[in-house]
Amino acid sequence: MHGEGSIPLVLTLVLAPFFLGVINRTKAIVGGRTGQPLLQVYFDLFKLLGKGAVYSRTTTWVFRAGPIVGLAAVLLVATLVPFGPFRALVSFDGDLILLAYLLGLGRMSTVLAALDTGSPFEGMGASREVMFSALAEPALLLGLAALARATHVLSLTEMHRLLDASGWANEGLAISLVAVALVVVFLAENSRIPVDDPNTHLELTMVHEVMVLDHGGPDFAYILYGAALKLWILGSLVTGLVVPAGTTVAVVELGVALASMLGLAILVGLIESSMARLRMIRVPQLLVGAVALSSLALVLEFGGL
Amino acid sequence: MLFAEAAGPHYFVNLTLVLIMLINLALLGSSRLSVCVRLSAAQGILLSVLPLEMPEHDFWSVFVVAAIILLLKGFVFPALLVRTLRTAQVRDEVVPIVSYAASLVVGVAVLCLGFWISSRLTLPHPATSPLVLPLALSTTLVGLFLIVSRKTALMQVIGYLVLENGIYIFGLSLVQDEPFLVEMGILLDIFVAVFVMGIAIFHINREFDHIDVGQLTSLKD
Repeated sequence: MHGEGSIPLVLTLVLAPFFLGVINRTKAIVGGRTGQPLLQVYFDLFKLLGKGAVYSRTTTWVFRAGPIVGLAAVLLVATLVPFGPFRALVSFDGDLILLAYLLGLGRMSTVLAALDTGSPFEGMGASREVMFSALAEPALLLGLAALARATHVLSLTEMHRLLDASGWANEGLAISLVAVALVVVFLAENSRIPVDDPNTHLELTMVHEVMVLDHGGPDFAYILYGAALKLWILGSLVTGLVVPAGTTVAVVELGVALASMLGLAILVGLIESSMARLRMIRVPQLLVGAVALSSLALVLEFGGL
Repeated sequence: MLFAEAAGPHYFVNLTLVLIMLINLALLGSSRLSVCVRLSAAQGILLSVLPLEMPEHDFWSVFVVAAIILLLKGFVFPALLVRTLRTAQVRDEVVPIVSYAASLVVGVAVLCLGFWISSRLTLPHPATSPLVLPLALSTTLVGLFLIVSRKTALMQVIGYLVLENGIYIFGLSLVQDEPFLVEMGILLDIFVAVFVMGIAIFHINREFDHIDVGQLTSLKD
């Protein structure tokens, strides 16, 4: 435990909905609209938390536990990820594997809650979500393994510290391959275009959104907040990798990290405005491509690059 | 340049080799013939840069080989293939036997195989960079895989070119001064081969209205 470790956690908890707001605002501006306020996600969360929840009589405790377990898993992940100059609250050898499987646990609870409703659409969404994440997970784990091999440490905080400018100079090839793979994982895990469209309202084409159709009130607030946290956490993994921590001045480094997160949000907004989502059948190909990039990076690291 | 010097002596060789491998993976994953032709052109251009980055080769003889490779693999072959694609008026599809995602997995498996084989090979003298031999072997194997796993005849030509690219990289790593004449002979051979294959594909298409090599199995005497 470290005092400074609470800073990334607090930043994540406070700024994650804002990150989502920036993406939405970018999409609105590119689309020629004014768009919703930057803080709209916070307003939505407060509105939803003030409401009551309605539960169908066909559902069981699994349905009620889904959003809570999902949010709890993401909150635990938030304690593992360093940000800018600050180390993570919890860090130990192998925490990158815990990160991958906590994300998996959160997903499993959402999937089980979706299946518990007995709705055919939700089952379909769950099936797609599980298929995509089964392909995204090796890309994430192999990519992190390549980074662990490059830096010779097994914890995210240490890795983040070692991936500075000289790390880029020595292992630039492998790091850039992993970075591309992680961006694909980031888009897939957070159900963004080109894998899934967070704004779609047609059940047949939804992946993540359809699974949470039956949740309302505080439950939906947990899901929304959990999704925002996950977006921020995976985003900070990507930016922490691409923008190396170079300076020793903590304030400058924090500014750079925050600016790169803003840049990533705008980039996601631009990607979503400029391309359509892929055909469902092409998505596995994109994800296997990311797995291939990650494994290429890992093999290069083992090949004595 | 300063960055490259800080990164180690073989930075550009490694970068080129990794780009060549990425093109291999892209070839395995793309579904359009015209895209595959462009990718193989890009691979040819990267290949021509490779010997220039290896300091131990004699610069001028290597320079001539590089220029000819650039001309042939970067521009002449793609132009011939595009012309074949246009005159044969086939659909711009690869028609895989093995799906694209599975092909990518095979690409990665072949890469690992390349590293494993080259870790057991002992060379007369060490290669420029530890990546040369494994990537040469895996490029060769990717070329072979492209030949057997795609139904369109044009992909077989591209697979053949990738295979030859792999053999060329292997030659670069194995022979310090590959005789100029041998290299020229090989280049002339593949030039004639691609030329003849282009004409053959055109005639097959005119005769049978398709260039699906899967149909060849039904040929009986």
